[in-house]
Amino acid sequence: MELDAVVLARIQFAFTVSFHIIFPTFTIGLSAWIATLLVIWRRTGNVRYQELARFWTRIFAVSFAMGVVSGIVLSYQFGTNWSRFSVVTGNVIGPLIGYEVLTAFFLEATFLGILLFGWNRVPPTLHVGAAILVAVGTLFSAFWILSANSWMQTPAGHEIIDGIAYPVDWLAVVFNPSFPYRLAHMVIAAYLTTSFVVLATGARYLIAGRDRDHAMIMVRMGLGMAILLAPLQAVVGDIHGQHTAEFQPAKIAAIEAHWDGARPAPLVLFALPDEKNETNRYEIAIPGVASLFITHSMEGLFPGLKDFPVENRPPVWGPFFGFRIMVGVGLAMIAMAFWGGFLWWRGRLGGARLYLRLASFTWPLGFVAVLAGWTVTEQGRQPWLATGILRTMDAISPVSAAQVATTLVLFVLVYSVVFTAGIVYINRLINKGPTPEDALAEGVPNRPLTGATSPDAPVGAEI
Amino acid sequence: MEAYLPVIWAGLIATAVALYVVMDDFDLGVGILFPFAKKEEERDAMMNSIAPFWDGNETWLVLGGGGLWVAFPQAYAVIMPALYLPVTVMLLALIFRGVSFEFRFASKPKHALWDFAFTAGSILAAFSQGVILGGVIQGITVANGEFAGGAFDWATPFALLCGLGLVAGYGLLGATWIISRVEGDLAEAARRQATVLFPAVLVFIGLVSLWTPLQFDRIAERWFSTPNIWFLWPVPLLTAGLAFLAWRSLRLKQEMVPFFTAVGLFLLCFIGLAISTFPYLVPPSLTIWDTAAVPASQVFSLIGVVFMLPIILGYFAFVFWTFRGKVRVGEGYH
Repeated sequence: MELDAVVLARIQFAFTVSFHIIFPTFTIGLSAWIATLLVIWRRTGNVRYQELARFWTRIFAVSFAMGVVSGIVLSYQFGTNWSRFSVVTGNVIGPLIGYEVLTAFFLEATFLGILLFGWNRVPPTLHVGAAILVAVGTLFSAFWILSANSWMQTPAGHEIIDGIAYPVDWLAVVFNPSFPYRLAHMVIAAYLTTSFVVLATGARYLIAGRDRDHAMIMVRMGLGMAILLAPLQAVVGDIHGQHTAEFQPAKIAAIEAHWDGARPAPLVLFALPDEKNETNRYEIAIPGVASLFITHSMEGLFPGLKDFPVENRPPVWGPFFGFRIMVGVGLAMIAMAFWGGFLWWRGRLGGARLYLRLASFTWPLGFVAVLAGWTVTEQGRQPWLATGILRTMDAISPVSAAQVATTLVLFVLVYSVVFTAGIVYINRLINKGPTPEDALAEGVPNRPLTGATSPDAPVGAEI
Repeated sequence: MEAYLPVIWAGLIATAVALYVVMDDFDLGVGILFPFAKKEEERDAMMNSIAPFWDGNETWLVLGGGGLWVAFPQAYAVIMPALYLPVTVMLLALIFRGVSFEFRFASKPKHALWDFAFTAGSILAAFSQGVILGGVIQGITVANGEFAGGAFDWATPFALLCGLGLVAGYGLLGATWIISRVEGDLAEAARRQATVLFPAVLVFIGLVSLWTPLQFDRIAERWFSTPNIWFLWPVPLLTAGLAFLAWRSLRLKQEMVPFFTAVGLFLLCFIGLAISTFPYLVPPSLTIWDTAAVPASQVFSLIGVVFMLPIILGYFAFVFWTFRGKVRVGEGYH
């Protein structure tokens, strides 16, 4: 493949958006978790919940800052690298992004200030309210951005005049066919990812024999969410997939590495898809099972890649392997959730060292699944930027490959430094724990900590 | 009605950019002045004076950029590729500036790197914004509705002058903000800095005011032809008046007046530049009407703005009220 401006711009967008999505995924879940902790604290008076909320708020602040700065980059890249896209779809997608800024960004950003710095500046009820508003803001943000993304996947409510998309029916634009499924799938993914981070952190403390009260709350609440959401996510993901088979059949064919639509599709467990020869090499497959998933019949037929002209086929490797990684991680999450649920039921959760050791390593699982899943859906949309409206190769700005290459190198350098540092600092905050001594004495200067939070405060009822 | 929609949107985007200029620029200014504070507690106090606000303030920049795409996709699609490198540098600089707030406190006591990142990011972001502004004012080569110039077309002495001018201007805003928000030695130091920066800013304002009509005939015609001149003469006069007030307030050691007069100066410069370029969004070829989104899109977004803008301004009032009062050196938000 020649490194022209289009390829470089795609690499650049893939790079910046992949870094970005990690943080919203985390902060959507984390803001809800912090709000929940604060609500429980207000209702029970158990100061452990407040300490946990403060602890996770410190981590939230670092993550949110990284999400904000990496997100601003994306909103400008539409113009710098993809100016044709801005013109062709701007009439339709632009307002969705505009609504995200208006309804979500300002809400999040302003009440974040209250959440971080308002512990003693505003009444507790108002402070809890700010935490809830931040969590709601992140959901609004997910709503609009996924609506815009889904429109690129399954455009609706528009008409094309001279190659430019014009809005006809805004409700149809916003609630385009794939949007409800994608929204549900992504929001659950965010909550599930955060649940495993919380579970892993609690497990880490339990193994280290520290902060036991806090750790048990985290393990139970994280695990409780995982037991609920991990299986639910599998069901929602399956429904999402069924729907994709209807609206984006080429994507499904790529996911299944299914070439010949005239025959029932096997479930390909492993293969090296060979796009040139239109076949799979080293295939290990179970006959008929992919057809069973998608058509509910072992004999069912659905289009294979050969049914699409070569210029309309997505690349196969990204969707194929991305999907297998995502599903594999999802199954591992379900297994961890059920195993933990069993231990909890038998009352052995707190001392199950093997389980806790394994659980302490599960924090990256959700992020891996999210990145893999987005690879599936975005590469599966190719060669279109907006399905049927604009091809990726036609969406590029009139800029030189050298310019795109230069900024790509800059982004890689800057992101490497900034995001490595961010992860190191988050890890350091987790090592310090919910009741760090320096924080209790004086506090990190801009991290407010009240005198009310003393380490020997009475421990309330366990959940 | 439809002919007025682009005008309404141009006004809204100008408002968003002006709010950005007023709000984020004292944040950036504090970053620019950061290395001049030698004591650790002073730096903490400077940071604390803006920490609860910067994120919300920066959101106006997203609204400005996003609004440009929403309402004027053609202009967005020309300006961004034309100013590709300055825009990217600004974004990278804002990354360093933004994460420094959190990283600095998370990495204590080894945070020298993030002190540097905070300052360098603030200076570079301010400079890039000036270059972007200058790059738009001086005009962009357009053919068939697309950017048709080279990668470094923006790099003119005029654009670089605008960059330096904005660094000085943001520094002035930052200094006057510190005067209004912090007590003691730090405020004294900020007052001295403001006294140095203020004449520099006036020089930059003067240079840009002379340079633009001399180099660009369209701007000279806008200001100096009749009857325009009869309507426009108050703008420079008001600027001079505000400059006098600002200078006086610095000499009289007033606390709030320097900040508000500095903001007023900024707004007047902004209005002046808007007068120079209207109705062009991409001078000298594309007007707001050439580049506007279809009315259906502008109306749909406008509904959101009409509902949300008062609410958003309410948020800001609430946050600024909550964190009102002086920040003392050696004390955080306890």
